[in-house]
Amino acid sequence: MNDVIVENLSKYFGKPPLTALDNISFEVGKGELFGLIGPDGAGKTTLFRILTTLLLPNSGKAIVNGSDIVKDYKAIRKKVGYMPGKFSLYQDLSVEENLHFFATIFDTTIAANYKLIEDIYKHIEPFKKRRAGALSGGMKQKLALCCALIHRPEVLFLDEPTTGVDSVSRKEFWEMLKRLKQEGITILVSTPYMDEANLCERIALIQDGEIMSIDTPQNITATYPYSLFAIKSTNMSQLLTDLRQYDPINSVFSFGEYHHISFKDEKNDTDTTLAYLQNLGHTALECHPISANIEDCFIHQMSTK
Amino acid sequence: MKQFYSFVRKEFYHVFRDNKTLLMLFGLPITQIVLFGFALSNEIKNSNIVICDYANDQASHEIIDRIAVSRNFDIKKMILSEDEIEATFKEGDVKLVLVFPNNLNQTLIHSKTAQIQIIADATDPNTASTLTAYIQAILNSYQADMGGANKPAVQIIPEIRMLYNPELKGATNFVPGVMALVLFLICVLMTSVSIVKEKETGTMEILLVSPMNPLTIIIAKATPYFVLSLINLTVILLMSIFLLDMPLNGSLALLYLVSSIFILCALAAGLLISNSTDSQQAAMLISLMGMLLPIMLFTGFLFPLENMPMPLQIFANIVPSKWYYIIVKSIMIKGLGIMPILKETLILTGMTLFLLLVSLKKFKIRLA
Repeated sequence: MNDVIVENLSKYFGKPPLTALDNISFEVGKGELFGLIGPDGAGKTTLFRILTTLLLPNSGKAIVNGSDIVKDYKAIRKKVGYMPGKFSLYQDLSVEENLHFFATIFDTTIAANYKLIEDIYKHIEPFKKRRAGALSGGMKQKLALCCALIHRPEVLFLDEPTTGVDSVSRKEFWEMLKRLKQEGITILVSTPYMDEANLCERIALIQDGEIMSIDTPQNITATYPYSLFAIKSTNMSQLLTDLRQYDPINSVFSFGEYHHISFKDEKNDTDTTLAYLQNLGHTALECHPISANIEDCFIHQMSTK
Repeated sequence: MKQFYSFVRKEFYHVFRDNKTLLMLFGLPITQIVLFGFALSNEIKNSNIVICDYANDQASHEIIDRIAVSRNFDIKKMILSEDEIEATFKEGDVKLVLVFPNNLNQTLIHSKTAQIQIIADATDPNTASTLTAYIQAILNSYQADMGGANKPAVQIIPEIRMLYNPELKGATNFVPGVMALVLFLICVLMTSVSIVKEKETGTMEILLVSPMNPLTIIIAKATPYFVLSLINLTVILLMSIFLLDMPLNGSLALLYLVSSIFILCALAAGLLISNSTDSQQAAMLISLMGMLLPIMLFTGFLFPLENMPMPLQIFANIVPSKWYYIIVKSIMIKGLGIMPILKETLILTGMTLFLLLVSLKKFKIRLA
C-alpha cells in the first residue's frame, strides 16, 4: 500500500471562497522521494498542512501511512516529520536545546536516533551551543531537518526546505535527502526551484491549486511536444522583443544566458531566423538545439491549460 | 511526564533569556507597588507650613508641640507681617500658615475664647481642606484636654475609632488593589503572549504535528508563569509589609492559597485570549487595554463600587479582581480566616474553572 494517498482533495479559503486546492489526487509510494514543484501561491503549503493534519480539507480524503488525516490525526502526528517553510524552531534556544526539546516531545532521545541524523548534525555540531537565531540560513535548515527527523518519522514533509539557502547548501541538502531515502523514509518535498525537480524520483507540477502532471522528471521532459533551441546575442532584451514579434516563432522565454525558442511548424528553420535577426542588427548570434527541461514543460503546460 | 518537564524547562529558558519579559515580570509589579504606595497616595504628608507665633507662650507652645508630632507637617517658625505671609504663599512652597495672636494664653484663661488664624493655599482645594481639618482636629483635642471645669451644660463628644487602619494609611487600601491589578495583568499578558508567540513564529505548527496532547501543552505553558507569579506575589508582599507598613493579620498560607486560585484564574483568561488572537500585538492590546481599565475601575480600590450606578455594580461582579481584593483585605487587614471569605473564594474558584474549561474547549488542535 502506498504511503500517501490523496483522493479528490479540495480546499477553499475565505468568503467568497478562494480555491487553494482544486480536486487533487496522487499517490506516493513507500520510500519514494516525491517532489511538488510549483511557484509561490500554487497551493503547496496548503497541501502539506492538510496532509500533516494541520488543516481540514473541504472535500476529498487522504491517507498518510495508513491513517486517515481527519479521523486518525493523532496517529499521523506520531509518525510524520514536518518541516514548515518558515524557519520554525526556538530562536532563543541553542542548537542542542532545540534538538533535545523536539526529541523529548516526540518521546525519544537524541541518542536513540543519532545515527539517522549524524550526517546532517555533524555539520552544525561545532555550533551546538549557539542560539538557533544566530545560525546562517543553511545551518538553520539543517537544524530544522534534524529536529524533524529526530523521532525517525515514517513520512517526512519538507515545505520549501531550500528557499533562501545558498546553492552549495542546497546541493548538500539534496544529498542528505537521498541518504535519508535509503533509510526507507518516504519524503515529500516542495520547491519553487524547477532545477531541483530532477533530483526527485517523481514530481507533480502544481499551479493554481491544480496538479498539471505527475511523472518522473525524465518522462515529463520527454513529453515536451516541440523541438527546442537555445539562442543568444549581445542584446538579449532586444532579442526577446524581436523574437516575440517574429511570426514563425511559437514561444520564447528567457532562461538566464539563453532564450529558449520553439517554432510553430516542424521545419524549425533556424537559419532563416538567424538571418532575420542579423538584419535587425543583432551580433554574435548563437543558436543550438537543446532538450526541454522541467521549467520549459511547466511553462508549456501552464500556457496550454 | 518527560515531555511536560522538558516543555516547562523550555518555557523558563524563554523567560530568562528575554530581558523584556523579565523586566515586565518583575519591574512592573515593583514599580506599581512603589507608585501606588508612595506617589499616588491620597494622604498628605510632610506639607510645609509656617507658624507665626506672636504669642510665644505656654498655650502656643503646647499646640505647636502637638502639630510637630504629626507626620503630616513640616513646620517652619517665622514671624511674618501680613504682606510677608502673602508673599510666602506666592512662592508656592508653603501650603498653610498658622498665626497665633499676642497673649494667647492670657486671653484663653480670662475670656475662655481666643482666635487662631489658619490661612491655607486653596489653589488645590482638597489639600487645603484636608490640611485645615488636620489642624482643626489638633486644636480640638487641645481644647478638650484644656477644658475640664468649663464644660458647657450639654456636650456630645463623638468618639471615633478608625477600625483596622487607625492611622488612615493609604497603603492599606491600595496594596490589596495593586496586588489584584498587577497579578492579574502580568499573568494574563504573559500567558497570552507566550502562546501567541508560538503561533507567530510558526513553532505551534511543529508542536501540533507532534504527539503532545493539547492539555499537556496548556498546562506546561501555564506552569512557569504560575511559579513566577507566586514569586512575584512574594516580592509584592515583602515590599508592602516592610516598605509600606502593611499589616498581615491573617494566615499567610490562606493568602497564598487564595492567591494561587486568583493566579490560575488570570492564567486561564490569558489562555482564552491567546486562543482568539494571532499576533503578539493583538494579544498584548487585549490583555493590557481590555483588562487594565475594568480592573482599575471595578476592583474598588480607586473608585468605591458603592457609588456606582446599579448596572456597573452588577458588572463589577464578573471582574475577578473585585473578589480577590475583598479577600486580600479580609485576610491581611482584618485577619479573618477562611469561613468569612468562603463566598468570595468559591466565586473565584468557579470563575477559574469556567475560564479553564472554555479555553481548553477552544484550544485549536489545528491551524484554522
